Amino acid sequence: MADALLRLDRVTKSFGALRVTDAVSLDIPRGELHALIGPNGAGKTSLIHQLSGSLASDSGRIVFEGEEVTGLPMHARARRGLVRSFQITSILPRFTALENVALAVQSRSGSSFRFLGDAAREARLNEEAMEALALIGLAERASRIAGTLSHGEKRGLELAIALALGPKLLLLDEPMAGAGDGESEALVAILRALKSRVTILLVEHDMQAVFALADRISVLVNGSVIATGQPDAVRADAQVRAAYLGEA
Amino acid sequence: MQDLAATMPATHVASPPDRMRLIVPAFLFAALALAPLLGLVGAERYVLALFTRCVIFAIAALGLDLALGCGGLVSFGHAAFIGIGGYAAGILTASGIDDAFVLLIVALAASGVFALATGAISLKTRGVHFIMITLAFGQMAYFVANSLKAYGGDDGLTLANRATVFGRDLLADNRSFYYLSLALLLGVYVFARAVVRSRFGRVLRGAKENETRMQAIGFNPYPFRLITYAISGMTAGLAGFLLAEQSEFVSPAFMTWQRSGDLIIMVMLGGVASLDGAIIGAVFVVLTEELLSGFTEHWRVIFGPFLILVVLFARGGLLGLLTGRRHG
Amino acid sequence: MSTALLAVQTLNGLQLGVLLFLIAAGLTLVFGVMDFINLAHGVQYMLGAYFAVTAYNLTENFLLAVIVALAGAMLVGLLLEAVIFRHLYGRDHLDQVLATFGIILFLNEAVRMIYGSGSLALPMPEALSGTIRLMPGLLYPVYRLVIIGAGIGVAVLLYVLVTHTRIGMLVRAGASNAPMVSALGVDIGRLFTIIFAIGAMLAGFAGAMVAPIFAVEPNMGDNLLILAFVVIVIGGIGSVRGAFVAALLVGLVDTLGRSSASDILRSVLSSSAANQAGPALASTLIYVLMAAVLFFKPAGLFPARG
Repeated sequence: MADALLRLDRVTKSFGALRVTDAVSLDIPRGELHALIGPNGAGKTSLIHQLSGSLASDSGRIVFEGEEVTGLPMHARARRGLVRSFQITSILPRFTALENVALAVQSRSGSSFRFLGDAAREARLNEEAMEALALIGLAERASRIAGTLSHGEKRGLELAIALALGPKLLLLDEPMAGAGDGESEALVAILRALKSRVTILLVEHDMQAVFALADRISVLVNGSVIATGQPDAVRADAQVRAAYLGEA
Repeated sequence: MQDLAATMPATHVASPPDRMRLIVPAFLFAALALAPLLGLVGAERYVLALFTRCVIFAIAALGLDLALGCGGLVSFGHAAFIGIGGYAAGILTASGIDDAFVLLIVALAASGVFALATGAISLKTRGVHFIMITLAFGQMAYFVANSLKAYGGDDGLTLANRATVFGRDLLADNRSFYYLSLALLLGVYVFARAVVRSRFGRVLRGAKENETRMQAIGFNPYPFRLITYAISGMTAGLAGFLLAEQSEFVSPAFMTWQRSGDLIIMVMLGGVASLDGAIIGAVFVVLTEELLSGFTEHWRVIFGPFLILVVLFARGGLLGLLTGRRHG
Repeated sequence: MSTALLAVQTLNGLQLGVLLFLIAAGLTLVFGVMDFINLAHGVQYMLGAYFAVTAYNLTENFLLAVIVALAGAMLVGLLLEAVIFRHLYGRDHLDQVLATFGIILFLNEAVRMIYGSGSLALPMPEALSGTIRLMPGLLYPVYRLVIIGAGIGVAVLLYVLVTHTRIGMLVRAGASNAPMVSALGVDIGRLFTIIFAIGAMLAGFAGAMVAPIFAVEPNMGDNLLILAFVVIVIGGIGSVRGAFVAALLVGLVDTLGRSSASDILRSVLSSSAANQAGPALASTLIYVLMAAVLFFKPAGLFPARG
């Protein structure tokens, strides 16, 4: 696939003797929702960290839009449109929900080295932020202090922040983690709506959600990709069933 | 507590209306503007000198609060900037240059350059290490000042006269000097408030709360912090310039680490990151020292335990006690 | 500089080094295990000196004076821990700085009230007051050698304590991961108290030992405190070994720097410029050292954590 939006080429990372990702190669074309599954400790989150730039790889290349980003810091990758969400909710708890999102808008629109003018009253920032919140269904929560939102709302806010960055590729690290049944369903609906707008790499334990959403699925076991393909093919893959689903 | 907050109308939690936010500073500046009236009863010179010190330290504390409160940069070396501003004024005056604008610009430039150079290194570290490395740079500045034999060494340097404005000695009058200092405090306060609310300030506050989150949305906190540190240092440098001009004297004692500690006390006592609190804290500390030392030369025996009690029982500082807000 | 002079300065540097170690050892453990910034640690050193002087004036016995200093400093440390510090664990570093700064103000001033601002002296024990000939042309005071010996002795003792006892094991574990130690069911509160007591005692010991050669005055702990902080930051917070190495390093760099900075500068600068810049360079040398170490190794030379 020549026009892959994100290309991983033998990405490797070890902690001491433990290889958390072992020569992972993967192509994600534009427009795809690619799910990454695997048992706990398979290296999924480590891989997300390496893609977003919070963890340096030992070897291998990460190419985004044809440009190598392997050595770039997290903020530089975010600016290029490689945007992540966090597994453990990571928001600014004392800012309002709107401000959390408006900061993301601010990050990509104009200089932030402006010392005058009330940022909280910049209509352009607030309008775009409201749009992102509305997309997630959080519009009426905009003026709440983020720390006081419910768990599910915080997960949604996390998504809204990522969306407001105008990402080309979203790395979603277990967006459903800790969400109740109703909240999960709402999030699946939101992600389904997002699919048409942005390429997504989804790490998720909720298999119902994964098989409902993914165009393709990769299975990571002990740091290596053991299978990549359409959901049905992966579901039927004997190696996957043996290693991951625990079947003989 | 969280549930309670969640049921309250959000606007009250988020940002009190602007009118509310202006009450405290309006009261503060009115009180400071009227303070010289106390001098009409007598001892005007003393009253003016005392309140000028309040205002000058309020400027320095505001500068520190910008870095410490809003940026989360706990500098334990801010006295160095006061000294640098003071020595800029002292050394130039000793060389026969006493134009206020020249002195001011040199004082700001010198403290700004020192802040950029030391900040560039210090900001590579975090937490306790940042506290300690700023302390180290402060000590370096202190010892360098001590070794300036040509400018009095550890005895310090007496200024022949206050700075002149277009060749006229407008600042020689203590009342004019007081109101000039107060006007500068107002200017710094308005500027600091604007910075905190600006795009720049929003990134700075965000990075204090959650650095990783800020990086994930594309911000590199480092340049924001460095610029903040420079602004903060220059503000303290301005205070040092005024302090040297007021007392017509500058010495290494301006830059001891205890003085840096005093500045932290002012910011903490007033209430971190509230700007108003920095002014309240500075005025409170200067006046309390003066008042207590009037009772006994051993006033620290009272002031020390007072600090401990504030830490143990009044976590939001004085402003927090007044308004019921707490930091934590 | 002649060999003899260099030898003398090296010994002086070692003496400052072991002194710094005695103070830094407690500081680094309190810092590393409890994540607690104790600015009041330098006050323990001052109190040690004053306890020693007071006890000597009553008993005229040097050994007794040192023992009283140890016990007194330890008791004050325990008292401070029980009344104040205990409430500040886990709080913001800023709160700890402010509260312990308050303790410095109070204790320095209290001592000034009781003893006055003037400096006191502790007479040197007769048996240790002579000099000893280390090499031809080099006489060195016996007492200063005793200080060096005592400091190294304490360092060895601490090393054995930290590496070979249960408490030492807990201290090491605590410095690298306090929550884990707590999770193992250890009474972390008691461990903290013990560490505090030992740290205070060591600082008090340092104060008592230097009382015969330094001026005993109210603010004597302040500048040493800052030096001790430099030491633990260079050595790596929480590491006793790091504190030892860094203390000797700081002691030597500072002492040798002061005695030779002007000489060295004279080789590149004019004589008068060197005389001007020498003292400035000498007194800032250790801070330059610290900034450089932090720049290249942000966690210090021997980081205790991960």
